[in-house]
Amino acid sequence: MAELPQAVRGFWVTFRTMFKKVVTEQYPEDAAKFPPKPRFHGRHQLNRWSDGLEKCVGCELCAWACPADAILVEGASNTEEERFSPGERYGRVYQINYTRCIFCGLCIEACPTRALTMTNVFELADNNRADLIFEKKDLLAPMLPGMVAPPHAMVEGSTEQDYYANRIKGPGPVDQGVNP
Amino acid sequence: MTDMLNQEVVATVNVTIDGVELQVPKGTLAIRAAELIGVEIPRFCDHPLLEPVAACRACLIEVEGMPKPQPACAQVVSDGMTIHTQQSSAVARDAQEGVLEFLLLNHPLDCPVCDKGGECPLQNQAMSAGRSESRFEGEKRIFEKPIPISAQILLDRERCVSCARCTRFSEQIAGDPMIELLERGANQQVGIASDEPFNSYFSGNTIQICPVGALTSADYRFRSRPFDLVSTPTACEHCASGCSLRTDSRRGEVTRRLAWEDPQVNEDWNCDKGRFAFRYQAQDRITTPLVREDGTLRPASWPEAIDVAARGLQAAGSATGVLTGGRLSVEDAYGYAKFARGVLGTDHIDFRSRANSEEEAQFLRACVAGTPLTVSYAALESAPFVLLVAFEPEDESPIVYLRLRKAGTRVVSIATRGTKGLAKMGGSLLAVVPGREAQALRDLPADIRQALSQPGAVILVGERIAASVGGPTAVASLAAATGAALAWIPRRAGERGALDAGALSGLLPGGRPLTDARARSEVAAAWGVDADSLPSTPASDVLDAASRRSLKALLVAGVDPADMPAPFVTDAALERAAFIVSLDHHYSEITEFADVVLPVALVTEKSGTFIDWEGRPRPFAQVFKDSLAMSDASVLGMLARAMGATAGAWDGPGIRREITALGTWSGQSAEVPAVEPEVGPTDGFRLASWRELLDAGVMQEGEPHLAATARPVVAVVSSSALSALGSPASVTVTGPLGSVQLPVEAGEVLDNVIFVPMNAPGCSIYTDLGARIGAAVDVTAGGVA
Repeated sequence: MAELPQAVRGFWVTFRTMFKKVVTEQYPEDAAKFPPKPRFHGRHQLNRWSDGLEKCVGCELCAWACPADAILVEGASNTEEERFSPGERYGRVYQINYTRCIFCGLCIEACPTRALTMTNVFELADNNRADLIFEKKDLLAPMLPGMVAPPHAMVEGSTEQDYYANRIKGPGPVDQGVNP
Repeated sequence: MTDMLNQEVVATVNVTIDGVELQVPKGTLAIRAAELIGVEIPRFCDHPLLEPVAACRACLIEVEGMPKPQPACAQVVSDGMTIHTQQSSAVARDAQEGVLEFLLLNHPLDCPVCDKGGECPLQNQAMSAGRSESRFEGEKRIFEKPIPISAQILLDRERCVSCARCTRFSEQIAGDPMIELLERGANQQVGIASDEPFNSYFSGNTIQICPVGALTSADYRFRSRPFDLVSTPTACEHCASGCSLRTDSRRGEVTRRLAWEDPQVNEDWNCDKGRFAFRYQAQDRITTPLVREDGTLRPASWPEAIDVAARGLQAAGSATGVLTGGRLSVEDAYGYAKFARGVLGTDHIDFRSRANSEEEAQFLRACVAGTPLTVSYAALESAPFVLLVAFEPEDESPIVYLRLRKAGTRVVSIATRGTKGLAKMGGSLLAVVPGREAQALRDLPADIRQALSQPGAVILVGERIAASVGGPTAVASLAAATGAALAWIPRRAGERGALDAGALSGLLPGGRPLTDARARSEVAAAWGVDADSLPSTPASDVLDAASRRSLKALLVAGVDPADMPAPFVTDAALERAAFIVSLDHHYSEITEFADVVLPVALVTEKSGTFIDWEGRPRPFAQVFKDSLAMSDASVLGMLARAMGATAGAWDGPGIRREITALGTWSGQSAEVPAVEPEVGPTDGFRLASWRELLDAGVMQEGEPHLAATARPVVAVVSSSALSALGSPASVTVTGPLGSVQLPVEAGEVLDNVIFVPMNAPGCSIYTDLGARIGAAVDVTAGGVA
């Protein structure tokens, strides 16, 4: 049997594919249909304790761990009048430079208070560099019901140890019965 | 030199460490011997400059023949000893791991919020020599944290491992045993007396030597981590002690300064002023050149400002006075010396922005300028006898105080007031009426004269000798008569350098007398100018009234009129001077009157050299490498070029090459002064004064924590004078310009002497009293109000 011309064979492949199931995901039209996987490394978030105080203590371990030098932290002292986190220290300046970040997650592993975690948000493109440096206000987790925006005092009768042991369940008094 | 050659050969012993045989001097500690073969035994309490105490037990080693592990930091090696460190002995390794586990039992492990995190010997050694897990399951001991033991020093007792480095430093080195270990067992803690905070001038050193984060400073609290910091080796700009420092900066800002090890000068220490006072640098900077137009200063471009300044200085020519202040690097001072002689053709130049005299200038030209490094810190340590004249080491040159105290040298001080500092050195006082040091030097008791004629005896004279008529003369002749070595210790870091650079009338660089033709031709050749164009007759005092009237222009660098005894540069005097060019980095009273203000670099923005009181160069590197600020000398070079002159190099390296090539003067030095002492009655109260280490100085601005550790501002009179006044709690001291009210206490002064701090907050003898040292002042009990 004579061979079909090469061109016809090529078009046959094209023609056959038209009847196969489409695997292309339409973005952004169908973005909601295909959410990222739960452990996808997206934009960072600075978490809060359940009374609204910040978990970040400004220790700079995230900045230390960062292989891309994308994180800048400056600590400062909490005072009785102006308290942002339990204990002595909080992160006064917190910046992540997303032109540098490689989303490796080493910062998350380094964080001693679980203040820093990663969300699934990946839509970080922008048309200038400056806006890709996220400040503390951009990274802080949203206020959930029951939270009070810092600065404010620790829950009455509590110490920072109660926070670290997860005994604080809201702005109310310490629940001594809860086992962390 | 002969002493060193005649020294006995040091006895040595043979010792075996981890199978390595080595020979070490007798008396060596096992921990040091191990260092020699590169074995680092973990340690916390051990410090080479402190007595061994074996408090932390982290350095346990196995010594053959001894039943139990021994602390290497207190174990002196003996001949034939065989030692096994953790490298070769399971016993030692086990012991060290056990100790580290114990030390961590009560440690809060709050490294994330601890300032020591990242540079912590406890962290490092827990990793290198500790167990990976703790078997402790109980509750940790809890203390309130942190508690301030002074306004500057914060103590976190939970983190303390009771190594006693801080308490030993305070007692053995600083002589301020204000902190001590209290309680016992797990409750052992560092503490202070309830009524006395840890206000030692040297308190910052305890932070630096603390091997954990138990002692931190309010100043550096949570400011950065070690990996953020860029460290630069620098020299301290605060006094003539010449400490080596490490300046740490982050993002264009100095975050802290540490003492940098320099065994010949500051060993491992520095004072709190040098450590904590640096914020002045960032405040109120002059950022652009300013030119006066219609009575007000307006920003101008560099070419315009240089042009205006050059025209004004050209017009004044040799009728220009140059005041350089005492804070310049030697390169910059040399730049002014060259600019004055080689470009302006004037000898009206003076670096002494403080009480001074023509007699002092003569003394400095003859006995100090260009002299080689003979009296050093080491010489102080080995001296059999040291005579202090008008010099209070703890306040005016703290490292000299530390060294005299360390050596236990016999010290006698001819001073107006006996201080705790003198007592801590074990010195004795020869009290004098302020300004009458000269007579006391002439009438020295025979035993002191005797002591001064021993080989190696030293006379240390302070800059306040200028306040005594005949004082410099008497010091110079005493040194000549007894053969004692003489050293002059100014207060400011740049004074000795300015003197060696020739920033004083009658003096060319390297101690060359201006009047000597050979000296002039040497210098002219180095500068590439005509020797005949240099001034050949020394100018009279730049600051006296006559020359002030004759001067048509002033070139001023970093001079604060308030440092001068009134009324040098009163406002009126400044206004009278026709044309003022000010080179400064901060706004000051001078810049207010200047016709042209040219901004110059701070010590952090240039490299350079200070000369300490010994005559030793103290180089400092540029901290902010990308700074565009220009040094004084570079700006003077621009001025010189605008005035059509070149006169050699004006950049730092070029000036250093010129200075080295010129060398020091080999010919006849200048004549020593011959001024008769002031005689006559000293009735009424006479004013004694000096600048305390921590006071209202402009370079200590913006440091509230440091200022709060300063000594209380009090007047001091003798106990009999105090009771004659009716034992009041406070006195009012009145001088020609005004009066101040001060708390008063009894102290070691003569009955007709009152001590008042020279420049304490709210109490300046020049601007508030209008009096100078030795002046008669009125003293009345109680307040004026």
